Parts: sequence; C-alpha cells; structure tokens
Amino acid sequence: MSTRPAGKRRSLLPPIRFRERMRDRDTAIYGVLIIIALIFPLATIFATDSTFLVSQAGHAGTFVLLAIGLNVVVGFAGLLDLGYAAFFAIGAYTYALFASAQLQASPAHHAYHLPFWLMMFVALFVAAAFGAVLGFPTLRLRGDYLAIVTLGFGEIVPQLFFNFDQWTGGINAIGGIDQPSLPAWITGPWAGANGIAILQNFTCKPFWASSAAPCYSFSFDPIAYYVLVLILIVAAVILVTNLHRSRLGRAWMAIREDEVAAAAMGINTVTTKLLAFAIGASFSGFAGAYYGASFGLVSPDQFYFVVSITVLVMVVLGGMGNITGVIVGAIIIYFVLNSLLPSLPSTVESFASNIGLGFLNDRNGDWPGLAGETQRLQFLLYGLILVLMMLLRPQGIFPSRVREQELKHAAVQEEEAVVEMTHA
Amino acid sequence: MSLTDYGFYILCATAIVLLATQAFTNPKDFFQVTIFGLADGAIYALVALGYTMVYGIIELINFAHGDVFTLGAYIGAAILAFFAGANEGSFVVVNVIALLLVFPIVMLIMGGINITIERIAYRPLRNAPRLAPLITAIGMSFVLEGIMFMWHGAPTVHFPDLLPHGPGFQTTIGGVFFGFKDVFVVVAAAILVSLLAVFINGSKLGKAMRATAQDRDAAQLMGIDINRTIAATFFIGAVLAGAGGMIWGLYFNTIYYNLGFRTGLVAFTAAVFGGIGNIPGAAIGGLIIGLVAAYSDGYIGSKWTEVVIFGILIGVLVFRPTGLLGMRVPEK
Repeated sequence: MSTRPAGKRRSLLPPIRFRERMRDRDTAIYGVLIIIALIFPLATIFATDSTFLVSQAGHAGTFVLLAIGLNVVVGFAGLLDLGYAAFFAIGAYTYALFASAQLQASPAHHAYHLPFWLMMFVALFVAAAFGAVLGFPTLRLRGDYLAIVTLGFGEIVPQLFFNFDQWTGGINAIGGIDQPSLPAWITGPWAGANGIAILQNFTCKPFWASSAAPCYSFSFDPIAYYVLVLILIVAAVILVTNLHRSRLGRAWMAIREDEVAAAAMGINTVTTKLLAFAIGASFSGFAGAYYGASFGLVSPDQFYFVVSITVLVMVVLGGMGNITGVIVGAIIIYFVLNSLLPSLPSTVESFASNIGLGFLNDRNGDWPGLAGETQRLQFLLYGLILVLMMLLRPQGIFPSRVREQELKHAAVQEEEAVVEMTHA
Repeated sequence: MSLTDYGFYILCATAIVLLATQAFTNPKDFFQVTIFGLADGAIYALVALGYTMVYGIIELINFAHGDVFTLGAYIGAAILAFFAGANEGSFVVVNVIALLLVFPIVMLIMGGINITIERIAYRPLRNAPRLAPLITAIGMSFVLEGIMFMWHGAPTVHFPDLLPHGPGFQTTIGGVFFGFKDVFVVVAAAILVSLLAVFINGSKLGKAMRATAQDRDAAQLMGIDINRTIAATFFIGAVLAGAGGMIWGLYFNTIYYNLGFRTGLVAFTAAVFGGIGNIPGAAIGGLIIGLVAAYSDGYIGSKWTEVVIFGILIGVLVFRPTGLLGMRVPEK
C-alpha cells in the first residue's frame, strides 16, 4: 500500500509553471519576438499587398545577427571593437568572390560558383581567422588599445577591397552574386510551382558536377530570405546562449569584470579573449555571406565605419551582455534609421497641411520647404536620439540582469559613501 | 629591450632609409612633399592635442572632436565673410586685423560649445558604464555634422582666402616652392602648441589637469575641483581645434560638413602614435602623420594613404603600445 498522500502525486509531465516563466523577462521577450516574427510577413503582406516590408525585415535580420555577434565581444568579454564592419566585409566578399562571375575577369581567370551553404561556413571561418590574426598581437594589450586597433583595421579593410580592383572590382562592386538554392530532393509544399511556394524551380550546376540539374532557387523572393534569416538568428541565439552559460562564457564575464583577478583564478586571459574576438568575428562573417546573397551586390562603401558604429550603438542601446536586449536594440535602431527617419519628411508635410500650416510645405527662397528641411534634419535627429537615449538609460533598454544588479549595488555603495562623508 | 622594440626600430629605420634614398635621388620632389606634409601635420597636431588631452583626463575617445574642428572652420568662414570680398588673396591691413580679431573669437566660441557638449553629454555619464559616453560622443558628432549640414548643405563651402599669396609672397629655393601660407600654418601651430605647453606646465590649472589625469580621486582629495578641471580640458582642446579649423580653412579655402570625420580619425591616429595622453607626443605625432601622409601621397599613391596611416596605427600599437613618447600608461 502506498502511503504517499494524494496531493503530492507526481505528474508524468514536468510542470510547465507558465506564470513563473512569464515572470522571467527574457523568456517573455523571446515569446513576443517569436510571435511577431511569425505574424509579421502575413500581416504586412495582407495590409500592404507587397513584400517590401518583409525584405526590409530580412535586411534588418542581418543587423540582428551582427549585433548578436558583437555582443559576444563587447557585452560578454568587455572588449571594445570599433571595426566590426571589417569582418562583415570579409564575410561578404568571401561569398561574393567565390559565388559570382567576378573572378573570371580577375587574374585568376576562373569563375567559381560555390554553393551558399558551403560558403556560409567558409566565410565564418575566414572572418574568424582574420579576427584571430588581428587579435593575437593586440589582445595582450589592455582595453582601449584594442578599440583603436580595430578602428584602424575597420578603416583599412574596405579601402583594400577598394584598391585591389583587379580582384574585387573596386568601386564597381561585385554584382550578380549567386542566390542560395536547395537541391531538388529537398522538396515540399514550399518549393515548386504551387500557390504557396517561396522557392522557385531553377537549374543549378553544382561545382563538382559537369551538367546542370533542377533545383529550387531562393531567387529574389524576400520571404525565402526572411525565413532563412530567422533560422540563422534562432541558431545564433541558441549557440550564444549556450556559450554564455558555458565555462567559456563564465571566463569571459570574469575577464570583463576584473582581468587580473580572472588571471589569478587560472583563466588564460589571452586565449579566452582571443576566442571571444574570433567568435564575434565569425558571426560577422556569417552575416556577411547572408548579406551578399540576399542583396546580390557587394561594394566597399557598404562597410564603412558608420556600420561598425551602428552595430555598436545597437548593442549598447539594447543592453550590453543581454541577448534579448541586443536583438531588441538592433530592431529599434534599424527601424529608426531605415524607416522612421526616411519617412519623417512626408509625415511632417502631411501633418502640416492637416493643421493648416500647409504654406510651410512650399519652397520659398532659401526655405527648402518643410519636407526638405526635415530631410536635412535627419543627421541631427539621429544624433539627438543617441544622446538622449544614452542619457536616459545609460545601461541600455534591457540590461543584463547581472549588470543591473551590479549597477544598483554600485549606486547603493556610492550613496552610502556620500552619507558617510556628510556625517563625518 | 624586447623583441617588439627591435621590430619597431627596424620598421622605423627601413622607412627612414627608403625616404633618404628618395631625398638623395630626387631632392626637389622630396622637399616639396615635405613642405606639404609639414603644413598638414601642423593642423593634425592641433586637433590631436584635443584628443590626447581628453583621453588623458577621462579616457574617452571624443568622437565629436573632429566635428568641433570643422565647426570652428564653418564659424570662422561665416564671420570672415564680412571682411572678404575684393581683398581676397592680397595683403591688406584689413585682412590682418580681421584675422587677429576673428581667431580669438572663433577659439572662444568653440571652447564654449565644447564645454556645453561636455556638460550635456559627458558629465552626466561619468559614472555610467564605460561605453555610454562613447555613444553620446558619437551622437554629438552626428549632431554637430547635422548642424553644419543644415547650415550649408552637402556641397563644399568656400572659406575666405585672406592669406596673401601670389608673387611677392612665395619663393623657390633650389626648385622647391613654398609660399607665405605654408610658413603661416607651421608658425601659427607652433605658437599655439608652445602656449599650451607653457600653460600646462606653468599654470595652476595646468597642474590640476595633470594631477586629474594621473589619479582623479587623489586629485579630488587634494581639493582640486574635478568638474572644473575637466571642463577646462575640453575648453582648451576646442580652442586648439577651432584654431586648427581656421588654419585649415585659410590654407585650403574649402570646407565641407563631414571634413571632421576623416581629419578626426587621422588626428586621433597621430595622438596614439605620439603616445595617447602625452601632450608633446600628440604634437610630434601630428607632424609625423602629416609627413607620412604626404610621402604616401607622393610616392605610393593617394589611394593607399589611408591604408598606410591606419597600418602605422596598428603597427605602433602592436610593436610599441605606449606610442612614440608614451611615458604614461593608464592602469586603472
């Protein structure tokens, strides 16, 4: 006879504890993000009858990937990287060179058309290798020196792609980059010639084969890229979350908080920092390959310092060290830069005519019209947004919990110190 | 001496030998390029001083500094436009008076603007996470560029050509051409840098700045007003940058709204090259970077100049992280 009371009977399934989970902020954010990500294409296509917003979202996904990667360097390991776009460029060019007709015209005289799925990982390793090569001599130095070295590297790399125009086309960019494609045996309702297909019938010549065979190409369908980038982001988030919780992640945080103490605890600081740097760079290379494929065109001016700064702003603004915060930060900044600010002139114009100030809209002598003036204001507004958001929330929108506690702790200590001083 | 030190000296020696060969085989071109380099370098030195002083005292890479430099040129151009006109390019007493008047005015205005920027964007974040002020610095840089963009738009702006040039104000010595402008730039920069050196080493505020840079808490315990000292650092940095902007405008006569971005990065490289936080280092670093840029333009091709400059930046940090004269190593 069992003496176990009825109330303590074990359930076969583990308890879900839904309410408890909802109280965990990160889980809630992930939930909201996933729901939005799933509804977004349906809702926007239904509302606007075009896939423009979906393609924008796919482009924003590149920046989410970049922000997740930079977060490993800046947020976890506390290393300031001001040249992150360089690795992005390296990834994008790695894919563009080996998946287009570009090398036909170069001294190599042979066009490679390697598949995206392979080049994605090649780009990842190439970027990581460059990260390691750059990081190896410099990571032994302290703090800001790394920031300065990466700044210099970030300036050099696009310039090199620009200067070696024999190979990279220089200012003419590399166009006609191959689209990713799936082999014909991976078939399903999403591929073929039916109504809901997002992958089109196509013929591809695999690099090992001599003749072309049928396959499903991504072509330029925004929805296909949207799905791809979602899968990449989910994979990246899982990877980074596990890294964060691993031994390596703890070592990164230890180094971030106090490098000397971490070294005293037996952490090899150089190797650990090098890993953070290389892993961060590899995400950028990965994102670069995706970017090259989805955009179909790669040119040096897409990878200037502004890109590094934008990604850094996304990470810091979202909340350094916190993956959900960084994702939200990336989405917000992307929205502000690519949607809010460009649409501002027309919004202001229609607002003015609605409230009876329509005469402001016309050009008049030096006055370029309200829309023109707002157009000119964009730089200023972006700067003001950055300054204000940092002043209001220096720790970011969703700071990491550990960081938050530390900041509170520091604030309390400071207050105590002030109290002591006034009493003394 | 470690291995990396040898690497540094070997690299320097190679560069000097290569340049010396050029100097012997074609001295005319070499000295002509040197004169361009010195004039550029003098301006970089003025901007680099602001970077190095601010970094030395609060360890912030002040991204807005390059734009403070450009804004100085814009304001200078606006004020000088009253005096310009028929007098451009000739030697008239009015021009001399105008310059003597406008230089201090622009310098003071820029100092005031930079103090305001520090008060609004950096001071509230002094105890925030380290990256927060960096982001506001970038934000302020966009704001300043935005203001200049609103003011004159994207096209280049003409800076009044008030320095005398033409016959009588230029000479050729051994085939090397140089004019009054080149001399003016170098002399003006040298005067400003010497004044700064006297101020930093001689005045009480200069002493307070050095103390704050060394150890902020200890300086505070000694009764130094930290906020005032940091504000003074920003003021002096902007005074030099404003003068640098004026000099740039007078020398090149063309300015544009995002001029400060590239100039700022190069000047920052100069500051690192000389040893960040080190004031004589920044002045010498500026001159050397100016020369390097000119030699690279002349002998390698201008599309490689950026690669050369930032390659040097990386090389210096790898082989000699404290910079050329770097004595101060911030360990905090």
